[in-house]
Amino acid sequence: MSGHEFTSYFPNSGGIDLDDQSTNIDDKTIEELEQLASRYPQARSALLPMLHLVQSVDGRISPRGIEVCADILGITTAQVSGVATFYTMYKRRPGGRHHIGVCTTALCAVMGGDVLLERMEHKLGIHDGETTPDGTFSLDRIECNAACDFAPIMTVNWEFMDNMTPERADELIDELAAGQEVHSTRGARITSWREAERVIAGFPDGRADEGPAAGDPSVLGLRIAQEHGWHAPDPAAIPAPAEEESK
Amino acid sequence: MTDLLTPVMSANWADDRAWKLTNYERRDGYKALRKALTMSPGDVMGVVKDSQLRGRGGAGFPTGMKWSFVPKDNPNPKYLVVNADESEPGTCKDMPLMMASPHTLVEGVVISSYAIGVHTAFIYVRGEVLHVIRRVQQAVREAYSAGYAGKNILGTGFDLEIIVHAGAGAYICGEETALLDSLEGRRGQPRLRPPFPAVAGLYASPTVINNVESISSVPAIVLNGATWFASMGTERSKGYTLYSLSGHVRNPGQFEAPMGVTLHQLLELAGGMREGHQLKFFTPGGSSTPILTSEHVDLPLDYESMAAAGSMLGTKALQCFDETTSVVRTTLRWIEFYNHESCGKCTPCREGNWWLVQMLQKFEAGTAQEGDIEKMLDVCENIGGRSFCALADGGVACVTSAVKHFREEFEAGYHTPAWELFPYEKSALFATPPSTDEPRTAVEAHA
Repeated sequence: MSGHEFTSYFPNSGGIDLDDQSTNIDDKTIEELEQLASRYPQARSALLPMLHLVQSVDGRISPRGIEVCADILGITTAQVSGVATFYTMYKRRPGGRHHIGVCTTALCAVMGGDVLLERMEHKLGIHDGETTPDGTFSLDRIECNAACDFAPIMTVNWEFMDNMTPERADELIDELAAGQEVHSTRGARITSWREAERVIAGFPDGRADEGPAAGDPSVLGLRIAQEHGWHAPDPAAIPAPAEEESK
Repeated sequence: MTDLLTPVMSANWADDRAWKLTNYERRDGYKALRKALTMSPGDVMGVVKDSQLRGRGGAGFPTGMKWSFVPKDNPNPKYLVVNADESEPGTCKDMPLMMASPHTLVEGVVISSYAIGVHTAFIYVRGEVLHVIRRVQQAVREAYSAGYAGKNILGTGFDLEIIVHAGAGAYICGEETALLDSLEGRRGQPRLRPPFPAVAGLYASPTVINNVESISSVPAIVLNGATWFASMGTERSKGYTLYSLSGHVRNPGQFEAPMGVTLHQLLELAGGMREGHQLKFFTPGGSSTPILTSEHVDLPLDYESMAAAGSMLGTKALQCFDETTSVVRTTLRWIEFYNHESCGKCTPCREGNWWLVQMLQKFEAGTAQEGDIEKMLDVCENIGGRSFCALADGGVACVTSAVKHFREEFEAGYHTPAWELFPYEKSALFATPPSTDEPRTAVEAHA
């Protein structure tokens, strides 16, 4: 031995877990996958949604899911796994009932995201990228989720959990573990990661009307403008351009 | 004199159930579409051109001009793709827009498609925003039912299919050619240009790719006129736009204002920095735009002034950090982001960002060596401008601008850890008592 063990610089990279051949994909799933493929001018465009649907059915990107997608689209399984391993939302090991995301990109990290991640790792007894042994929670550190005016943020099953604190994060885990009703701060009632994946794949769950139109920060500028009576100019008061008048 | 704030796209966000079609219609929704359909497609494009609207996704390219690059004689179908992959760190304007008022975007899509001659449009939303996806999916369905999309729109004979497509987690897919590869069901990796998407984009056909906010600006421009839009803003940066304030400000949020408002003015509206603290540095438009400092708060936030100050307007994502924040730590975290999100296609970006992380970790730990600043800048020179897309340039901009404005903090990295100079708990919004809970799994073991 050289005494110099190889360590990958890309942990969690690598292929699909081929040892676990279990699957729930049935004829109905295949029909729905074909339906996704038919929505696009060229069927292969449906691959990302199809892989989301595979996850919602199998709880991960399964070998059977890869075969079925390749089969429907007429491409190779290598092409499908190449795509499945590129995107961070696709999981190669079974995900938990709830997916917990903690934003640790610079701004959230500085404002408390690092503390939240540490707290969640301690609370759940797992590291980011792992799932609890009972299959209830998966934990991921996530990259900027476009909610910086609500920092620091977390997500549950890709629903926003805005303005998080360590205490609130702990409570959230307790409530979810106890099966209590939990609502996103700007979204719907929390269901499960697999149900969320089905909506993302393109099969609506009828919950679009739940939750508010906007969070307070989203309408802060609007409220201030209303208080001051500020608005864009009245179009009727804008003189028409000269060349249009002469037409 | 135009008012300090001019809510147009955000005017209905506080309405009850603003996302519903009937509520949008009550606010003159789809009136612009009705007007556009009485005009020729060329005239609609002319209005957008005359408004001087510039792309709101970061680059600031004139939207009407982009549309006019689509060749008329190409026999292939033309496509419109809305870039709703909002992922640039700090950027958080398109998501609230689509959540509160998805019909503003959908109406913009129909009008823009009509102007360009498109019969299939895509809205590519990042995957990690479930409720936004729900609202956009529903708005498109409502638009079909009301005859604003689908076959023979409002009886004019104009057909348009709108496909809502969710991504799967990849910052690079916000880059327009990577987005196209992703939308074709491939790994999201940028393409070499030329050919530009206007000539050979999706399925090698003429394709226009526009940001959510650009397309959402179109209905009001069509309804109120190009002159109205251009009456706001500065000489070369016209109209209004969404500015997003985040970070250590007392009241972060979205502010729709004429182009050229200053950070000073916006901070005043936001109640200033959090109590007892001062602004140290900020990004004008996301992490890929070089940082600026408290010296720059009185500059107009428009394309020209930001460029003159050595930065870019970008996405107008104003991430404000106070004096408790370590520039070294923040830069490291941004570069960790670029390293994680590099698609791996181009060697300078894939390897270079990895090496920058290694170097910045040493600066953070106080174990960098004399000369490492120069070495790091040299690495930056070998990354910037040497890749297919701008991802690497964005990363490099973080490092070079941080060193330019705060070199002494990097020099301190030769001997003192950043967390000693800037205790990290002071930057967080909450005190951090150690958790007293037992790990949940340990509790469950005997349950």
